[in-house]
Amino acid sequence: MVNLALAWAERYHQNSPETNLAVTGGGSGTGIASLINKTTDIANASRRIKDEEIDNAESNGISPTEFIVARDAIAVIVNPDNPVEELTLQQLSDIYSGKINNWNEVGGEDRTIVRLSRETNSGTHVYFLEQVLRLGEKENKTLFAQNTLLLPSSEVIGGEIRENPNAIGYDGLGYVTPDMKVIAVSDSRSEDAQFIFPSAETVNNGTYPIARDLYMYTAGEPTGTTKQYMEWIFSNEAQEIVTDLGFVPILTP
Amino acid sequence: MNPRKINSESIINVVIKITGYSAIIFVGLIFYFLLSEGIPALREVRFSEFLQTRWYPIEDYFGILPLLAGSLIVTLGAIIIAVPIGLLTAIYIAEIASPRTKEFLKPFVELLGGFPSVVLGFLGLLILSQYIRRAIDLPTGLSAFTGALILAAIAIPPIVSISEDALDAVPRRYRDAALALGATEWQTIWLVTLPAARSGVLTAIMLGIGRAIGETMVVLMVTGNAPVMPTGLDAIFSPTRTMTATIAAEMGEVATGSTHYHVLFFIGIVLFVIALIVNVTASTFVFRRRKRSERILS
Repeated sequence: MVNLALAWAERYHQNSPETNLAVTGGGSGTGIASLINKTTDIANASRRIKDEEIDNAESNGISPTEFIVARDAIAVIVNPDNPVEELTLQQLSDIYSGKINNWNEVGGEDRTIVRLSRETNSGTHVYFLEQVLRLGEKENKTLFAQNTLLLPSSEVIGGEIRENPNAIGYDGLGYVTPDMKVIAVSDSRSEDAQFIFPSAETVNNGTYPIARDLYMYTAGEPTGTTKQYMEWIFSNEAQEIVTDLGFVPILTP
Repeated sequence: MNPRKINSESIINVVIKITGYSAIIFVGLIFYFLLSEGIPALREVRFSEFLQTRWYPIEDYFGILPLLAGSLIVTLGAIIIAVPIGLLTAIYIAEIASPRTKEFLKPFVELLGGFPSVVLGFLGLLILSQYIRRAIDLPTGLSAFTGALILAAIAIPPIVSISEDALDAVPRRYRDAALALGATEWQTIWLVTLPAARSGVLTAIMLGIGRAIGETMVVLMVTGNAPVMPTGLDAIFSPTRTMTATIAAEMGEVATGSTHYHVLFFIGIVLFVIALIVNVTASTFVFRRRKRSERILS
């Protein structure tokens, strides 16, 4: 999310050079801790603030105000020649943990499944591990199958998906190009779940299961410059940057 | 002799001495830095954990055996491909080709050596790996074999270039003497010219291997980076993860001073020690051979 915050700050500074913004990375926890310690005006976080963090903030005289500023969805992609159309979260978990090794076990051709993943240092990798492999269960210790290919960038994943009919991969929705096939995913945890394709709409209405909100927190209701900045974040210009960086913009009704 | 000349000469002497020693100092500093950042890993992780077969550092699995095996497979594969091809090319250019062909071939081989490795990696990723997948019917072309092929392409130019120079430096009269004694052209090359150029040829091979072991970008792009412990010979056609690729892929995002950070430096120490062993073995070998061949040929 630090890329998004940086891009926003850069553009905003170009528009109104009298406002100086400094962006620091380090993870969601770092940002929220800085907000609690009053060393920053705005904390960006790719997860919701925890209850104990709210307690800490309030004992420090701060009541964090939450804004959902963008959304991040992960698309599951395969080669266009692969006949498989849809998978449940449970099937995805079994494929990536190595329990399912052939496409014919999930309704495809008799082909070995080649699992592609981003490198372990990518936030997308960790999110996919927690929400898909472990189905969001805290005590679940499922790991990626050892022969999962850990590829260094979205381009490398895309290249292999386009060429190799055995491959399955995942990446941010913004990195998907028309020459890959997107899989419809259903949340196997709920009973009446349907297979949903990721799109700005299904991500925003919460029906696509592998998506998360991106947050910004301010200390109390924003005022002055911070208020102007937060208003700008929801403008078309700022939300276009969201799309450019591969995230899903907030749909304003 | 005039005093200014002596003065400038002593200055040049000192400068040359400093540059000579600086290489040693740099190696020493790098080794010290590696040790100081890598040794803490031994306190934070039990040694037996390094000997496990799962590498998944974000959940504290620090088994480095699959990475060690990956580096070994890819480098050995590259050597097996590059040494014969490189040596034969050098022999052809130095001994057999006509002067015109030679003038045309050598610059081309050197041009291949000038390609940035990331370009070769990109070609390997987009073209070679897909071709290999179809040709040998593999689940994926991102494998140790593809990595070894491209590493061989990187190692061949220095091997050809330096061995050709060494063969070229063998005095004309050695060949003339052999031919006059009735040896065929092949016998002359194999039994006289090549042994006489032995130390230069071995240096060439060592430099080629050195480039293959240390190469990072190519293996990061084409070997698939799956830390799998090899179980059989088919590992050469499976995805693998090398030590260099692991350091390159993970160092950028790791928290400074964390266990993972120290373990990555520990892998650096392992690489350094391997390179040291290879170099020491090679140089003692070259040294011994040179003495014997000098004895025979003098």
